Amino acid sequence: MRILIRGAGVVGLALAHELAGAGHAVAVADPAGEAGGGASRHAGGMLAPWCEGETAPAEVVSLGQEAIGWWESALPGHVTRRGTLVVAPARDGAELRRFAARTEGHSLLDGAGIAALEPDLAGRFSGGLFFAGEAHLDPRAALAALAEKLAGAGVPLVFGAEASALAGPSGGKGFDAVVDCTGASAIGTQTTLRPVRGEMLVLETRDIALLRPVRLLHPRIPLYVVPRGNGRFMVGATMIESGDDGPISARSAMELLNAAYALHPAFGEARVLETGTGLRPAYADNMPRLLRDGDTFSLNGFYRHGFLLAPAMARRAAREIGDRT
Amino acid sequence: MLKLYDTDIESRLLLGTARYPSPEILRQAVLASRTGIVTVSLRREMAGGRTGGAFFSMIRDLGVRVLPNTAGCHTAREAVLTAHMAREVFATDWIKLEVIGHHDTLQPDVFELVEAARILCAEGFRVFPYTTEDLGVGERLLEAGCQVLMPWCAPIGSAMGPVNIGALRSYRAHFPEVPLIVDAGIGRPSHAAAVMELGFDAVLLNTAVAGAGDPVAMAVAFAGAVEAGRAACLAGPLEPRDMAVPSTPVIGKAVFS
Repeated sequence: MRILIRGAGVVGLALAHELAGAGHAVAVADPAGEAGGGASRHAGGMLAPWCEGETAPAEVVSLGQEAIGWWESALPGHVTRRGTLVVAPARDGAELRRFAARTEGHSLLDGAGIAALEPDLAGRFSGGLFFAGEAHLDPRAALAALAEKLAGAGVPLVFGAEASALAGPSGGKGFDAVVDCTGASAIGTQTTLRPVRGEMLVLETRDIALLRPVRLLHPRIPLYVVPRGNGRFMVGATMIESGDDGPISARSAMELLNAAYALHPAFGEARVLETGTGLRPAYADNMPRLLRDGDTFSLNGFYRHGFLLAPAMARRAAREIGDRT
Repeated sequence: MLKLYDTDIESRLLLGTARYPSPEILRQAVLASRTGIVTVSLRREMAGGRTGGAFFSMIRDLGVRVLPNTAGCHTAREAVLTAHMAREVFATDWIKLEVIGHHDTLQPDVFELVEAARILCAEGFRVFPYTTEDLGVGERLLEAGCQVLMPWCAPIGSAMGPVNIGALRSYRAHFPEVPLIVDAGIGRPSHAAAVMELGFDAVLLNTAVAGAGDPVAMAVAFAGAVEAGRAACLAGPLEPRDMAVPSTPVIGKAVFS
């Protein structure tokens, strides 16, 4: 069967991987210039289903548990399995208790336990949670590798004008099915899909090393720092109900930097390599959906769970698309 | 029935719309709370952009009255600007006025608050000022043209509940004719019931529902608590006493044994 996927973000590429693996003739078309150029580019890359359970429905926790194994088998060497560390400033101990009460898969740590995991955080926090089963990856490196793997397997990936010609309004001819995975770009075509603005920073410093993603709980400005290697750290992310994809606001930058500084003062001396803004596509319940209209499908609405839920949803969507068409 | 700026309001619970796990859970919580008024904060990024109105459309579709707020503003000027924006977005002259003095404690800056209230009332806004329980400030806000006062019972989001019952009592006694809404600091339904028993006209809360493990169930709990507190206030609760008073007559039994 010939299947055209619109959108070369994390969802489109994961679906292409599943469909191609099942023996279908797949093509991926993205009017943007590269794979993973949309919201995926600004993702944290945390494979943290248990942490997300703090606010997300139980389904995110169960589906998300497929992510680590999927990414490891699709892209050997890209996943770092060192868990997630969650800490809170002393005065926000209540936040830590709340987080612990709403999540599973963690163990309680005291100051010594934190220092044993992350030596550079020694003496900074007296209590934390360790989610040993979680993992992380570098989203940009992972999507570049996934695109390369697909191309190597004979999946055509076309971009720019060529993609517009293939996948535009009058495109899709010659394919048995078309799947829209364009994320935030699909918002104009689906009234129930909305954008949730996210802002992030990339910092560089050699004064601190972290081995795993660290989440700093704060009643107003929760923050995560994900080590990217080579002294680089991704700091994120704001969640604003807005479709404005303009540059990061001074207030958001200030709040993210303040929180990073609260995690460790070494971040005060870090260089700001990059600021980024992306729009997360989300339905009203913040859960992804596979929709169908004849031979046209849509797999969208991954909200802040692209890398976490794309594997499980791609598996299910590939089965359904393969069965029904 | 509660009357706010000549509008009859059925429910005495006002609900904030921030920080819910999803818009769908927010929608369910609003329905479950049976509230008639929701507050919405405006940030400048939210009003701009291609489809920035998606969340606001959802709020408008809830079918309840919208009370936009100026959360996050630190000066009178900023608050006035935000109020103008809110009037455009939601086509209402109601505005919950919040001018923050301290970034950390979120205490109101009462000087800027009174100044902003004066400007907005003169422009025809119906102002709902978030204030402390200071009587003098309350008087200034009334002079500025406010017809509702919204004292805190504890810092925003602290969930501490009424930390200064004496001050809240005297606030109620000092402004017997003004609609008073306790805004901020409520953590549990018992806190809401307690301030309603003191005679406050309504309560406004957000995090206590949005941050609960099950926001929809908590909205139901708060709806019940607010009604219970109001009913208790009207029914005339007992004052505490130092001695035990038996509820069953003890005639015929030996009192001294």
